Amino acid sequence: MNAMIGFLTDPAHWTGSDGIPTRILEHLVLAFEALLLAALIAVPLGLWVGHTGRGRFVAVNLAGAARALPSLGLLFLVWLWLSGTLQGDASYVVPTLVVLVILAVPPILSGVYAGVEGVDPAARDAARGMGMRGTQVLAKVEVPCALPLIFSGLRSAMLQIIATATIAASIGIGGLGRFLIDGLSVRDYGQMAAGAVLVAVLALLVDLLLALVQRLVVSPGLTGAFSTARPVPEDRRAEPSSTSLQEAA
Amino acid sequence: MTWFLDHRAEVFDLAVRHLYLAGVPLLIGLLLALPLGWLARRFRPLYPPLIIGTGLLYTIPSLALFILMPGFIGTQILDPVNVLIAMTIYTIALLVRTVADGLGAVPGDVNQAATAMGYGRVARFFKVELPLAVPVISAGLRVAAVSNVSIVSVAAIIGVAQLGSLFTDGFSRSFLDPIVVGIIACVVLALLLDVVIVAATWLLTPWQRAGRVRT
Repeated sequence: MNAMIGFLTDPAHWTGSDGIPTRILEHLVLAFEALLLAALIAVPLGLWVGHTGRGRFVAVNLAGAARALPSLGLLFLVWLWLSGTLQGDASYVVPTLVVLVILAVPPILSGVYAGVEGVDPAARDAARGMGMRGTQVLAKVEVPCALPLIFSGLRSAMLQIIATATIAASIGIGGLGRFLIDGLSVRDYGQMAAGAVLVAVLALLVDLLLALVQRLVVSPGLTGAFSTARPVPEDRRAEPSSTSLQEAA
Repeated sequence: MTWFLDHRAEVFDLAVRHLYLAGVPLLIGLLLALPLGWLARRFRPLYPPLIIGTGLLYTIPSLALFILMPGFIGTQILDPVNVLIAMTIYTIALLVRTVADGLGAVPGDVNQAATAMGYGRVARFFKVELPLAVPVISAGLRVAAVSNVSIVSVAAIIGVAQLGSLFTDGFSRSFLDPIVVGIIACVVLALLLDVVIVAATWLLTPWQRAGRVRT
């Protein structure tokens, strides 16, 4: 622990191209790039699956199967595959981004489609009854109503990205993972532990930031929807329902 | 494929270690999540802090948690105990909410009927509430099992032997075969754990296949 505090309080570690601020910035830039790329792929796809109901089976199983993929193995696999074709920085930046996007697409996709699919049919019918077309229903009713689940998908994708970006230091990418991997190779536990604490705090702050954005973006009329995830006290339960038990089966 | 056939024994040995490092924390985590989930459900003010607290634990990247463990519990960095405890933390982080929500989904009139039949608090929990919450808890357990198998492989970076060692081995020699075999073995292991959980759920919930009788 003392070695870690020593590393963190040394002013030399807070400046330069391998200083802590630079590494934090590298980590953040990489993470948001990956999230943006993954969202560009997953959000339209998820909207389409949720709105039309087509490809639902594929989407569900894709999300489940992707969770089983070991990120470290995937990282080394893609790195080896691409190693002959890329030079310079691209030789580790491209494989890292590819893997981060592969891992981030399934959670976003399932959040988006589950959100759109779960919109109250009455709201959808009302929108149609008011004369909205398919795309209008999607943009004005389904997406706003699905935002809580869309954000939960984005947030779990971001956690996955930040964790995997850390281990991607082992194929050469910058970011906070450097302290962990470099510290490990020279048996400097202080440096490793400092990097670990920094990356844990970074993950936490980014998640809080996304939670804050979610709070600002999601309609206040919907925040009541969050309470359905919480246990309802017995005296306030309207009618005994067995839906949640049945759904899980 | 010949690489796999030549190294069958080694891969099998690593798979057993992998199963141990992913499976034992799953069981311990479930056992610890049950009382925590019950607390969150029984005493409502405890729900938000427990759910947010365990949720925060889940945000810690795995490599960081593996590395920080020795600092917390005084073990050596290579000690598999670090991985066991870190994985238990992740399992608890995923399951407390599931258990709380699963218990919360037990219909109120079922609980009242059980009380009217003379069940005490403890007996009602073990004989009525917990069994009825099994399908929800099992859904959460399946997620935890699959993600545990995937996360454990990261421990290869700090030198704890399991299927992830095949990745670091292939990486250091720029050799594709062990990496591919390792990925396939991980997915198969995850699938295997999933099947075990689904089978156990099937055995524990006979009412769900008795012509869909409403509970």
